[in-house]
Amino acid sequence: MAITDYFPMLSGLLPKQLRPPAPRYATPSGSPVAGLVAEFGDVSSVCRAGESVRDAGYTKWDLHSPFPIHGAEQVMGMKRTKLPLAVGVIGLSAAGLGWLMQWWMSINYPIVVQGKPPHAWQPFVPIIFESGVLISAFAALIGMLSLNGLPRPHHPLFNHEPFLDASNDRFFIYIEALDPKFDPQKTRDLLTKGGASRVDLVEDL
Amino acid sequence: MSSIHPDQYVSDRLAGRGAAAAGYAPPDPGDGSLIEDPAVRAPLVLNNRSFGEVTEIICGYAEKAPGKWWMPLFAIAGLAAATGTLMIAYLIITGVGVWGLTNQVDWAWDITNFVFWIGIGHAGTLISAILCLFKQKWRTAVNRSAEAMTIFAVICAGMFPAIHVGRIWFIWMVFPLPNSNSIWPNFRSPLLWDVFAVSTYFTVSLLFWFMGLIPDMASLRDRAHKRMLASKRRAEKPRLGDVIRAYVFGMLSMGWRFSSRHWHRYEVAYLILAGLSTPLVLSVHSIVSFDFATSVLPGWHTTIFPPYFVAGAIFGGFAMVLLLLIPAREVFPNFRDFLTLRHIENMAKILLVTGMMVGFAYSMEFFIAWYSGNEYELSVFLNNRANPAKAPYWWAYWTMISCNVISPQVFWFRKLRTNPLVVWIVALAVTIGMWFERFVIIVTSLHRAFLPAEWHMFHPTPVDVLTFVGSCGIFLTLFLLFVRFLPVFAMAEIKAVLPQAHRHDHDDDHHDDHHGEAH
Repeated sequence: MAITDYFPMLSGLLPKQLRPPAPRYATPSGSPVAGLVAEFGDVSSVCRAGESVRDAGYTKWDLHSPFPIHGAEQVMGMKRTKLPLAVGVIGLSAAGLGWLMQWWMSINYPIVVQGKPPHAWQPFVPIIFESGVLISAFAALIGMLSLNGLPRPHHPLFNHEPFLDASNDRFFIYIEALDPKFDPQKTRDLLTKGGASRVDLVEDL
Repeated sequence: MSSIHPDQYVSDRLAGRGAAAAGYAPPDPGDGSLIEDPAVRAPLVLNNRSFGEVTEIICGYAEKAPGKWWMPLFAIAGLAAATGTLMIAYLIITGVGVWGLTNQVDWAWDITNFVFWIGIGHAGTLISAILCLFKQKWRTAVNRSAEAMTIFAVICAGMFPAIHVGRIWFIWMVFPLPNSNSIWPNFRSPLLWDVFAVSTYFTVSLLFWFMGLIPDMASLRDRAHKRMLASKRRAEKPRLGDVIRAYVFGMLSMGWRFSSRHWHRYEVAYLILAGLSTPLVLSVHSIVSFDFATSVLPGWHTTIFPPYFVAGAIFGGFAMVLLLLIPAREVFPNFRDFLTLRHIENMAKILLVTGMMVGFAYSMEFFIAWYSGNEYELSVFLNNRANPAKAPYWWAYWTMISCNVISPQVFWFRKLRTNPLVVWIVALAVTIGMWFERFVIIVTSLHRAFLPAEWHMFHPTPVDVLTFVGSCGIFLTLFLLFVRFLPVFAMAEIKAVLPQAHRHDHDDDHHDDHHGEAH
């Protein structure tokens, strides 16, 4: 996920190391190639093809399906996300801050009710819990989106009309041209052999 | 495990073959989802729908104009909502005296409505969070609409405490905001806990609902985009509705592109939110009950309140889910493929269980009032509530008992709990009963407290009534807009529980629960 995915106009300003690599291939019309996308009709064939792509050593590729496929993690050789750890740390800190807020405000403006000491922790428990939950929920949603590099309304795949059926009933494997193992012909052969009903070049417009 | 396709099963039964011919009369499978044969896995979606059909049917509700019923219903709901809004404006301009409140009964319909609405919301969270943790796959048919209901109900609920404070321009003082007097809220007050609990509950429910909607809104976006491309090819101007949908859903769906790497984190985040919402929903209604339980008023000061309120909330919430979705089965084409008789039966069983829990709580309250030897407590139950000879509100108490305890007992009979009309009537009774439960708790305890000289009856004014009607109008308006413009079912989740959503090419022996009816 690079900043230039969002703001391509910035790439000229960035130092060389941070610039996106120049496209290696171009389509017959002259646009850079973003990758190859293969279409499949059912879960079993896309999973089988996915396993062959994984075993061929590709790293910059993805499997698109209208719903989460059970076992896609193994098919793609994905590592488990660190999201729960992040949410846990953020949530516990928020709960702690909730406690700190109540403690400080109760000391700062002591209200004498029920004859209890102003810093007693017991009545703070509900709000400690609520602040932890509230911030954890934000952390889970925002963390999920940002680890996914979303929101990102533009992506080369959206220019490929058949891909719009990924939200309906079709399955796709997309291999980026930036993958070190990418080769227009060999990658296409791999996907065709994997049982794709069609394989297309995706242009980076 | 050998299994038979449900259609096969039904045709065998009709033809007198199979189990039926062997002298065993299995229970009526209804629409096919009520099969009780352990060899057959009841289908979650009827008529063998393909992925494409699921998309087509569910997006169709959000894209095509609904039937002729929608506009008149929307007009009525909108009128009620507008009336309620006017009443609130009148209240703010004039003061809380426009309600029937007195020095003795200083909480009445306002807090009754608050607890009623917030309770209704709880079924949505129960379905989306607790049933998710228990891996109850039938929840996929009801979670989206129940979560929407949660949000709309909490909007209605949050309104009442805000307007009942009287000088609403000071409402910001419930939040710990820095101010020139250096005054901070009283963190030992359950009323303040309530502010935090309800606002957290609303926010978390909204986030949960929104996250579930992201992939489905992306489906709507892609369909609108495809239609725009098609009209471009025909050299026509694209329809305005499609342009708006493509842009609005394009923004809201965050550029979701159905990537498996994204789905992985999405499912983890979903599970985290479910795990967070489960204790949250239990805490919210417990804290609402603390508003009463921590006071010294007889009839309120009881330790049974938190579990009793939570059970009542789930009870009332499921009744509302059934109240809304059973008519939806009638008016939307193919709705019954997703919301089968088994879903209705399952929810009727939950009504029965939670109704019994509530009934147990009613009797236990009564028992403790006697057993504790606290004569004020017992007097509230006998002389304020139950005894028709002495309690002026006996009718409210007995309405509550007959609606909440007696009416769900019909669900002991399979024939009755699988009959949508019967279930709908009971759900209506339960909704009424749960409103009366809160009325009984609040008003009958308050109207005759320790000092007989202060005893007062509560008489609602038209403003009381119209504000409540208005909150129902707001709820219904929002729900009608939801069924018109958003997917009423969680499409991606429904597709994932279809039998063809699983790999069939390798021997995954450990995934027995994946084998749907298509085997």
